[in-house]
Amino acid sequence: MEANTRSTGRLPAAFLTPGSSSFMDFLGTHQPELLPGNRPLPPVQGAIEAPHGTTIVAATFAGGVALAGDRRATMGNVIAQRDIEKVFPADEYSAVGIAGTAGLAVEMVKLFQLELEHFEKVEGTVLSLEGKANRLSTMIRGNLGMAMQGLAVVPLFAGYDVDREKGRIFSYDVTGGRSEERGFAATGSGSTFARGALKKLYREDLTEEQAATAVIQALYDAADDDSATGGPDLARRIYPIVTVITEDGFRKFTEDEVAEIVRAIHERRLEQPDGPRAALL
Amino acid sequence: MADRAEYARKGIARGRSVVVLQFSDGILFVAENPSRALHKVSEIYDRIAFAAVGKYNEFENLRIGGVRYADLRGYTYDRDDVTARGLANVYAQTLGTIFSSAAEKPYEVELIVAETGEGPADDQIYRLPHDGSIVDEHGSVAVGGNADQISSYLDQRHRDGMTLAEALKLAVDSLSRDNNGGERSLTAEQLEVAVLDRKRPQARKFKRILGGQLARLLEGSGAASESGEDTEPDDSGESDESSESTE
Repeated sequence: MEANTRSTGRLPAAFLTPGSSSFMDFLGTHQPELLPGNRPLPPVQGAIEAPHGTTIVAATFAGGVALAGDRRATMGNVIAQRDIEKVFPADEYSAVGIAGTAGLAVEMVKLFQLELEHFEKVEGTVLSLEGKANRLSTMIRGNLGMAMQGLAVVPLFAGYDVDREKGRIFSYDVTGGRSEERGFAATGSGSTFARGALKKLYREDLTEEQAATAVIQALYDAADDDSATGGPDLARRIYPIVTVITEDGFRKFTEDEVAEIVRAIHERRLEQPDGPRAALL
Repeated sequence: MADRAEYARKGIARGRSVVVLQFSDGILFVAENPSRALHKVSEIYDRIAFAAVGKYNEFENLRIGGVRYADLRGYTYDRDDVTARGLANVYAQTLGTIFSSAAEKPYEVELIVAETGEGPADDQIYRLPHDGSIVDEHGSVAVGGNADQISSYLDQRHRDGMTLAEALKLAVDSLSRDNNGGERSLTAEQLEVAVLDRKRPQARKFKRILGGQLARLLEGSGAASESGEDTEPDDSGESDESSESTE
């Protein structure tokens, strides 16, 4: 009867014990070996070679927030994957973009999505945006042991706050430290360049379309200076993933929508390779 | 054993009923439930929902157990590997073990587990009585206090391919008949309504129908009911196929 999910026996007592609405807490008591943080780490010499995801950017606009990521995963000097997706919906009103060790990050996102969905189903109500951001903190902290061995996961979390009626962005460090960002944020290897670009492009009164253009410009600039960030691949038609969250919920831009913005940017960059110029004063 | 069955049946019969019926785009759940906080109908997983009557703390426990089972299974394998059949089996085993264990009191609950498929032919509805048996239902089913009467009312009138408004009207009509054959009128405030809508673009097909939307649906079907009422005797003949029961 212990085999629970694999057999069709009676539900084990742990399933019927009233308690936490958290799926991670349930896993922790029932099958702790399934929790990512509970796996014993084998001793290793030096860094482990595994695919790493690179740059994620986010920007708020009037009535929502945009979150976008490039499509490249690198392993050392090799491009491990050129069409990886690193931005995911967390639930109806939030999304998470991941930089860092791709395998661990994708697992973390899967568990995070389930954590939010599980709470919603058990309680019949959704977590506050702050509550969701804090759950993500806990999960990153659980990965600290891995991070010390070079397998860090550093996400960017964006959501629409239904109570305050605006988009909000939260960034994290490897220890799970969380800070709310004003206006825009970036994470990953190309984040320095992306943030610099966004700083010059960002305005508070952007429309949804303009915010999408701004984050793609920022990714373009990141790819320009960071070898681990992939620029839009016009030949293979691999474009950045762009998502927006508004009061209507999460929406991922279709490939055609992104392609149109990317082509417009590309056209301009043929004339002006460094992108749009900001005013001096 | 007979005592235990009697005990459970009495407990279930005290509660108000829940009806579950197929419509063209999925499965409709309607419960008579004045409470906004204590649900009788809930989401379990992407395509699976749960309805129950009887003792609240007992079926609430089973519901949470079911959500944990489904989420753990989907996390271990894949979202497609969570099925209503698997969940119904686990519930049946659980209820059966409790029912025949001398150390535990039998649960006073009756459950329905339903899953919407790609088309109406793929929909599955399972009824789980207190003793751990499983009944594979088609078309429509009722559980709770007045289940026999409501079931036969539904059986005669339910047909394949009903619209949501038609199915909702039929469900409300069936719930508003009391034991003595009289009718009460049920308002939107006394009803808990939810659907598994296969046309929903999201992976999670469960949706509650609340407030304004429910009132509009009830009103819309009320206007259409005038003509519907007249043709009732004719309908009952052709509905026999859809209302077969494997009990």
